[in-house]
Amino acid sequence: MGKTLSEKVWDEHVVRSAPGEPDLLYIDLHLLHEVTSPQAFDGLRLANRTVRRPDLTLATEDHNVPTVDWDKPIADPVSRTQVETLRKNCADFGVRLHPLGDVEQGIVHVVGPQLGLTQPGMTIVCGDSHTSTHGAFGAIAFGIGTSEVEHVLATQTLTQARPKTMAVTVNGSLPEGVTAKDLVLTLITHTGTGGGQGYIVEYRGQAIEELSMEGRMTVCNMSIEWGAKAGLIAPDQTTFDYIEGKPEAPKGADWDAAVAHWKTLRTDDDAVFDKEIELDASTMTPFVTWGTNPGQGAPLGASVPSPDDFDEPNDKVATEKALQYMGLEAGTPLREVKVDTVFVGSCTNGRIEDLRLAASILEGRTVAADTRLLVVPGSVRVRLQAEAEGLDKVFIAAGAEWRGAGCSMCLGMNPDQLAPGERSASTSNRNFEGRQGKGGRTHLVSVPVAAATAVRGTLSSPADLTPIGA
Amino acid sequence: MDKFTTHTGVGVPLKRSNVDTDQIIPAVYLKRVTRTGFEDGLFAAWRNDPDFVLNNPTYAGGSVLVAGPDFGTGSSREHAVWALQNYGFKVVISSRFADIFRGNSGKAGLLAAQVDEKVVQRLWDWLEDNPGGEITVDLESRTVRAGAGEDAVEDSFDIDDYTRWRLLEGLDDIGITLSHDDTITAFEVGRPGWKPVTA
Ligand code: SF4
Repeated sequence: MGKTLSEKVWDEHVVRSAPGEPDLLYIDLHLLHEVTSPQAFDGLRLANRTVRRPDLTLATEDHNVPTVDWDKPIADPVSRTQVETLRKNCADFGVRLHPLGDVEQGIVHVVGPQLGLTQPGMTIVCGDSHTSTHGAFGAIAFGIGTSEVEHVLATQTLTQARPKTMAVTVNGSLPEGVTAKDLVLTLITHTGTGGGQGYIVEYRGQAIEELSMEGRMTVCNMSIEWGAKAGLIAPDQTTFDYIEGKPEAPKGADWDAAVAHWKTLRTDDDAVFDKEIELDASTMTPFVTWGTNPGQGAPLGASVPSPDDFDEPNDKVATEKALQYMGLEAGTPLREVKVDTVFVGSCTNGRIEDLRLAASILEGRTVAADTRLLVVPGSVRVRLQAEAEGLDKVFIAAGAEWRGAGCSMCLGMNPDQLAPGERSASTSNRNFEGRQGKGGRTHLVSVPVAAATAVRGTLSSPADLTPIGA
Repeated sequence: MDKFTTHTGVGVPLKRSNVDTDQIIPAVYLKRVTRTGFEDGLFAAWRNDPDFVLNNPTYAGGSVLVAGPDFGTGSSREHAVWALQNYGFKVVISSRFADIFRGNSGKAGLLAAQVDEKVVQRLWDWLEDNPGGEITVDLESRTVRAGAGEDAVEDSFDIDDYTRWRLLEGLDDIGITLSHDDTITAFEVGRPGWKPVTA
């Protein structure tokens, strides 16, 4: 019997396996950031251990760095301590770091791919659950806890039980104006937040193949939001074209050898998945969340659901609680929900393609009077690229705040937070209670919906906007 | 890591499902660089509510949390496990745990005991009748026990063999792996030369 893509990549990394024990898996790339690593380095010091492979390790500062005044010392003392601790740890243990102010600084899941370090067939881990982003390249990539960070630092391996495999096949093509984000939000509402639990998921089918690398990263990024261990997509020409020429991509004969290997990374025709799901992309529409987990979503054209719409008692209660927290009335058309703040950014939708899309909608338009729009590039490179293309001018002319690179309002660890009761439309990945600031209310949306919402001040898609010049 | 064989302590009913790690410890509390002191952020948002179970003196010193399904979903932050441990919890009982949370627990020495949904309900009922009552969790025999006689609750819980063995032995993960150092080195020799490096 053939193997699935994830089984192939997994098997290539098994250092040791014994019956009844989890596999010992080799890790090709270990990414670090300031929040989940200090205690791991602390542990190494306590046990007198070293970093086994600093040359397979990379650190960036992203989670709580400021996105304004980034050339000044960080004002918040605790954030500063974490960042300074990371700098000291990287210096002490010989790990490459891209600190605030460095041209390669940015969200760890944006930096890896843009450096060309994220490649097909790799195992990639990071103390951050959205590490699944890197799966877009056909890598097995997943988030780990701080003890595991310490384990990888010390041994360059992880003990892992082999997950089950699932195929999510998305047939047909996405309609014009419907994005990878709508696709994955639709999927999560379909499966629920626990639907992927215990699985490595392979996204496949025509709609997935037609996505750009940025779109594929958006889909894989949100794998964890429906509980999957990891999500990945078979590498193809789109993947190779994206990697070729990146700073850390293989060169010359190495490139040829690498591509030859990458081309073998496909699920065999006779391979069997433990579970399969099929979706039809052609019927998908702009999709937004109304609740307090990413599985509580609906088409933008729908209304806020009522607890009575659900059969399961748990879902009824969850819906009731969510509506209360979100300050929403059942039956209100989602298009009438007024939004205070729009956030474009994060490792889900903070790449250059996302900013181009946002700018194309905002060009010649202005942000609604009592709405604020924050545009936060995923990395310094993305910021510089956007500025080279003049996108910053479009954002500023529209009345948006154009910021420096970082996680920013995705999790509100830096000063970019929602006030209690404030409502956001956010291109990030989590709408949990308080995620973007205590009492803040988050609607997860795609980039076009975010941009159109900023213009109209209520949840909207570009189709709702008055054509320019009309 | 200390060995875990059996634990008896005050049971704390947390009657909520889908308790995600942002609820267990909100992001603003993550900014510490040590492994201790996270108890102040445990369930921080809920602790503002005087009726929240941890604000009830009956459960002071609680060490066995009995929670609804899908405990520990969301962010991979291990601080969630530390916050529970720093507060004094030794065991969390639930009918379903998020994968990363379960993994983090085993590694840090917090026992995540998975039981049938009915058992959670029975424990909640029992705690309602016996507030402040103690629950015994025996890792050796994989059983949870509360009370005696008529209304006693006794049932088995699930935990994978490997995590159980490590908890029983109090074994540190890195130490176990480093005993296979030669195998790792041999694997490294065979890695293709075109794989990327950061240095
Ligand atoms: S952008 Fe948000 S989800 Fe992504 S790494 Fe940063 S905090 Fe995590």
